[in-house]
Parts: sequence; C-alpha cells; structure tokens
Amino acid sequence: MKYMLLIYHEEQSWNAISEPERQQIYGEFRKLRSELQSSGHWVTGSQLQSIATATSVRVRDGKELITDGPFAETHEALGGYFLIEAANLDEATSIAARIPSARTGTIEVRPLVETAVEAVA
Amino acid sequence: MPEAHATLEQVFREEYGRIIATLIRHAGSFDLAEEALNEAFVSAAASWERDGPPRNPGAWLTTVAHRKLLDAVRRDKTRAEKQSEIEYETSRLQPFAEPALLEEPVEYPDDRLRLIFTCCHPSLNREAQVALTLRTLGGLTTTEIAHAFLLPETTLAQRLVRAKQKIRLAGIPYEVPSLERLNDRLAAVQAVIYLIFNEGYSASSGESLVRNDLCAEAIRLGRVLCELLPNEPENLGLLALMLLQDSRRRARVNDRGELVTLEEQDRTLWDRKEIEEGVRLVERALALRRTGRYQLQAAIAAVHCEAETAAATDWRQIVALYERLLRMSSSPIVALNYAAAVAMSDGPETGLELIESAGARGRLDKYYLFHAARADLLRRLNRLREAQAAYEQALSLTTNQVEQNYIRKRLAETNRDSTAQS
Repeated sequence: MKYMLLIYHEEQSWNAISEPERQQIYGEFRKLRSELQSSGHWVTGSQLQSIATATSVRVRDGKELITDGPFAETHEALGGYFLIEAANLDEATSIAARIPSARTGTIEVRPLVETAVEAVA
Repeated sequence: MPEAHATLEQVFREEYGRIIATLIRHAGSFDLAEEALNEAFVSAAASWERDGPPRNPGAWLTTVAHRKLLDAVRRDKTRAEKQSEIEYETSRLQPFAEPALLEEPVEYPDDRLRLIFTCCHPSLNREAQVALTLRTLGGLTTTEIAHAFLLPETTLAQRLVRAKQKIRLAGIPYEVPSLERLNDRLAAVQAVIYLIFNEGYSASSGESLVRNDLCAEAIRLGRVLCELLPNEPENLGLLALMLLQDSRRRARVNDRGELVTLEEQDRTLWDRKEIEEGVRLVERALALRRTGRYQLQAAIAAVHCEAETAAATDWRQIVALYERLLRMSSSPIVALNYAAAVAMSDGPETGLELIESAGARGRLDKYYLFHAARADLLRRLNRLREAQAAYEQALSLTTNQVEQNYIRKRLAETNRDSTAQS
C-alpha cells in the first residue's frame, strides 16, 4: 500500500534553531531517505517552502479566487511529505516515527486511494 | 430437537470469536467473514435440528463457514471475471473445505490474538475498539451491544461500519504486533476489556447501577486474554481485579436499589468462588515479579475481600499497596483512593489533607467521587456546612440515579446533624 506521511511542524521553532542543528537534522533526513530507498519503501518526498510562500486557489461559480496564505492557519503547518510504500499501517507508522520531525512535530499518516473503484466510491 | 438449539446457542457464545478470527484471516475482510459465519449458523440451525448436533460443533461450523466464504469469494470473482484468482482462492481455502473434517475432532488454528490486537489497534478510537471487540471476539450482536451501552442501534451499527472501513482502507494489519510494540498494544487491549467491565459495574447513566451482562462479558474476554498470553502478569491481574470487584456485586446495591458502601456491605453476600479465584490469580501474577497497575489494584481488592468485617480491614497493607500504585501512576483518581485509605488508617484529618492535594489545581473538580469522598471526611470531622456543600457538588456531577440517591441520603443525614447542632 502507498501511504503519504505529512510532516507537520512549528515553523517558528524550526526557524529559531541554530544552523549546525539544522544541518544535523537535514543530515538525518538524507540518511533516512537513503535507508528507505535501499529498503524499497521510498517513492518520493520533499521539504516544502515556508507557509509564507503559500497561495490558496478556489473556484466558485466558475470564478477563480486566489488568496494569500495556507488553507488553514494552524499552530503546526505542513512542512514536507514522504510518499512511501509499506505493507500495512504498522509498517507505515514505524517509518513515520523515524522522521526527525516526529520528535517535535506530528506526522499524519494517510493511505492513498489506489484502485479505480475506490476512487469513484 | 431442543438439544440442537441449546448446543447451537452455546457454541455460538463459546466459539464465535475463535471461528470468526480464523475466517477473517482467510477472507482478509471482517464483513465477508461475518457473512460466511452467519450463513453457517443458519445452516447449522436447520441441519442440527434434523440430524442432531455433530460431535465437534466448533469444527463443523468452521468448515461450513469456510465453504460459505469460498462460495462468496467465487461469486465475487465470477462477477469480476477473474478466473485465475478464483483458482488461487480455491487452493488457498481448500484445506478447510474438506468434508472429512465434519465429524473429526480436529484442532483448528486460534487466530483470536490477531483479532484482539486488530480490534484494539491504536488508530481506532476507544469507542470503536470496544464495539468491535464485543462484536467479533465476544460474538455479541449489534442489538445486544447497543442495548448494553444504552445507544440507538443505528449509532452502534454505524460505529462498527466505520471501524471496519478504517481497518480495510488504512491497512491496519491482522497480526500480533512486533515484540517492541507488544507491551503498549497489550495495555490497550487490557484497557478496552476493563472499560467494558467498568461500564457494566458502574453504569455511568440509567437507573441500574450494575449491568451484569457487560461485567460477565468483560470477565469472559479477560479469561480469553489469559488463555492466549498466560505469562503476562497484567493479564492475570486484570482478570483477578474484575473477579474480585464482581464478587461484591450483589452486596453493592440493596433490595431498594440503593448503593451500599464497602464499609456497610453484607459480606455474606460476597461471591466466595470469585474471591478464591481472584486471590489465586493475584498470587500467581505477583509471583511472576513484574508488578503492574492491575495486579496492585487486584491485590488491594483482595485485602478488602479477605477481611471478615470492615473493621478488620488491614488498612496499613492497603495504604502500602496504594503507595506502590502511586509510584506507577500519576492519576489523581489513584491519589484520591490512596487518601481515602489513609483516612481509614491514620484518621480523617490526614486523609482530608491528602484529598485536597489530590484535587489541587481543579484536577478532580468534575469527578463526583472526589466531592463525595471529601464530603464524607468533612462530615466525620464535624465540619458539616462544608460537607453539605461538597455533597451538593457531588450530586450535580453524576447522572446515575442510584449514585444520586446515595448522595441525597448522606446529604439529608448531614442536614439533620447540622440542624440538631444549631
């Protein structure tokens, strides 16, 4: 099954940490990524630019509405994602727990809709 | 043939969990497994009525249910025109479709451990865990569960549908968790069983204080857990705790439906058999030397049960056990019970101090027993006005009529004493 691991964190505290600390965490991310690649769990993933760069788009009555900012202003914001392949939820949550941000933020684990039938339902 | 009917009902209660657990493993689906087993029970009703029950009713049902499952899988696949998969499923399910099994006392696999861990998976909410455990492992019908929890049947049915859907879509595995997760997961299973027991033992709403069916079901589930993992001392502790609490069931409420405190209970009404079994289990658990919360609570209950009279209670030992429990649990409710035990052992003044500190920062403001316990001690200290206020607060916090009546009675007594003194 494919799972999306959505990485939520506090941008402010992420911005507040020192440069060596940030580099260390990036190192951990790179290491995890290469481990997941060699174990066959990795599909794709990336860090996202800060929510200050976010734009929201809505189409209502055929009219396009573009607004500044993220979908919802929350304490913890979406900061990145992993798309992984895992046998089941327990394997997916084990991988989520290895993401460095799990120690300070929250990883939301969501299965992908994978079959055409379920996509319709 | 009434014998057939009685056998069927007994087999239903005793074997449902075990059979469904195996069917789910083969079907990979709770719904398919449930349908197949229901069809097998319908077949059994007709066939056993006609020919008498088979020698091994459990194996009979398992085999027939597997055939029904196979039929269902075939039907589905035919509709989807996936011939190769039919062959795959057929070969996979074949061992269970052997008619020879019908009269043989075969051993069939016990998948209940997978089932219970899946039902109590942390990604399901507690309500879903409880409903699913009772429905599958306990074999209770949706109607029975809805009735026991005083919920509309549609609410419960929906809860079950959503839980099964989440298991399927989120990929909650049907397996015993890995060793590093086992303890956490087992604690969740124990919590679900104890919650079912407590819902029965101190029903949080409604007219009757104890709903025996839920207590009995929780004890049965506790036995299953002990049978499956007998060397986990907390499993034994949990079963012991439930048995020891249940042993006092008949004494807890009098003929008028009023709550009777432990102190005032008629101890001849206590169930000796349950006490003996409970005490034996606590001893067996403690001998494994991995103490836990259920074992300590069971040990405390055992000390109460072994006292001939309330006055003969070994309060020192109870206080010592609570001290150990407090070291494991920062729960303000444990602190409250500890304070009540100290009040019995060292006097109400010391007890009251501890109660006040347990409830510090408003941690227990919403808990009716906190106010009731505080009120009782204030009354014993002859601080009647404060006692009245505390009883009134307790009264406003419980919806259980039996508990309300008990507090009203105490409040009336306090008011009378207060009037007599002024």
